[in-house]
Amino acid sequence: MSTDTLEQAQEQVIEKPKEELLSKRRKRLISDPLNEDNPITVQVLGICSALAVTVKLEPTLIMSIAVVFVIVFSNLIISLLRNLIPNRVRIIVQLAVIATLVTLVSEVLKAYNYEMYKVLGAFVGLIITNCIVMGRLEAFAMGNKPYDSILDGIGSGFGYAWIILTVAFFRELFGSGSLFDFKIFEAIGLANFPTNGLMVDSIGAFVVLGVLIWVQRSKTGYVEH
Amino acid sequence: MDLVSLGIKSIFVDNMVFAYFLGMCSFLAVSKKVTTAIGLGMAVVFVLTITVPINWLIQENVLKEGALAWMGPGFADVNLEFLQFIMFIAIIAAMVQLVEMVVEKVSPALYGSLGIFLPLIAVNCSILGGSLFMVQRDYTIAEASVFGFGSGMGFALAIIALSAIREKLKYSNVPNGLKGLGLTMLITGLMGLAFKSFIGIAI
Repeated sequence: MSTDTLEQAQEQVIEKPKEELLSKRRKRLISDPLNEDNPITVQVLGICSALAVTVKLEPTLIMSIAVVFVIVFSNLIISLLRNLIPNRVRIIVQLAVIATLVTLVSEVLKAYNYEMYKVLGAFVGLIITNCIVMGRLEAFAMGNKPYDSILDGIGSGFGYAWIILTVAFFRELFGSGSLFDFKIFEAIGLANFPTNGLMVDSIGAFVVLGVLIWVQRSKTGYVEH
Repeated sequence: MDLVSLGIKSIFVDNMVFAYFLGMCSFLAVSKKVTTAIGLGMAVVFVLTITVPINWLIQENVLKEGALAWMGPGFADVNLEFLQFIMFIAIIAAMVQLVEMVVEKVSPALYGSLGIFLPLIAVNCSILGGSLFMVQRDYTIAEASVFGFGSGMGFALAIIALSAIREKLKYSNVPNGLKGLGLTMLITGLMGLAFKSFIGIAI
């Protein structure tokens, strides 16, 4: 592992008084998915929804918050239940827990931000089938204690969030010439700056994510065979 | 809407992968070999063709506002739409289990090569996405069946095409960081560009 991630991890926890709560191992639970073991760029999970909502930054932010919420709480619930769930029906139990949490998110969004609910449409429901959530439940929460599972959920959730926010940043900047609907090129006096229609389209998402993966993997030195 | 044009539209224009990014996880992970891709493609076609009409029946007769009126006047204003996600995913999980059993019986070789990805069809976004789009767009049952089949064919077409390209790419010299996922994303972008040419074709 690289020293960058360790430094990053230490920065994150420097204010915490108790070492016990965030031992070295636990710090790595959070820091690994952010970079070296990123759910999107390294594990290839959760790409479906990552690309669909990233046309603008605002829906992407809402989506990230929803996904972090669902991962953390489903990890916690499954981890609490892990000794009670029979192995044969675990997939159904996991899906039921995830579906319940997603329904909760969807109802809250419908009540407080109906505009955004319309924009995200079916993609809120598709968090259920976001492979990151299922993947973390299978790979981590089924065999670890609740507190560790929460940390793992936070790590994976933010690992997902920063990638899709970066993709959305470039797509909105070059596709619509704005950031959070603020016309950035007009504000700095480049009103004629051409916007690229491909960025708004699905193709832009594939290309931006492809290049992002290239940059990130060149830095971490991860090579796929 | 004309059923034939809806079918063609859902295969080419509104392609699950290139237009809506659905089913990307298995699209990227299972596209290394053409034979495996064909197997997964067919499984997706089968599951989508079955689950979309079944979920249509559930939506119209159980979940929709006032849909329970057939049980008596007391149920006329019951709205169970908040149960939509759970019901749909339960139906899909059950259907996938069924397909898994059939494939294991009929073709053990295909079962072996699909491996973990067969149960994972349950969490393939294109399956749940198909059902959710069907609700969003207010299809009739005939349209829902055609849409399910068409979307499945669109996915199968995309994954088989990509796997053929990736088989050829094995012999090319690719920069280290771009190997695997990075290059696949760029190729998918180019394929999406090609699929854009179907927009505007009226049948």
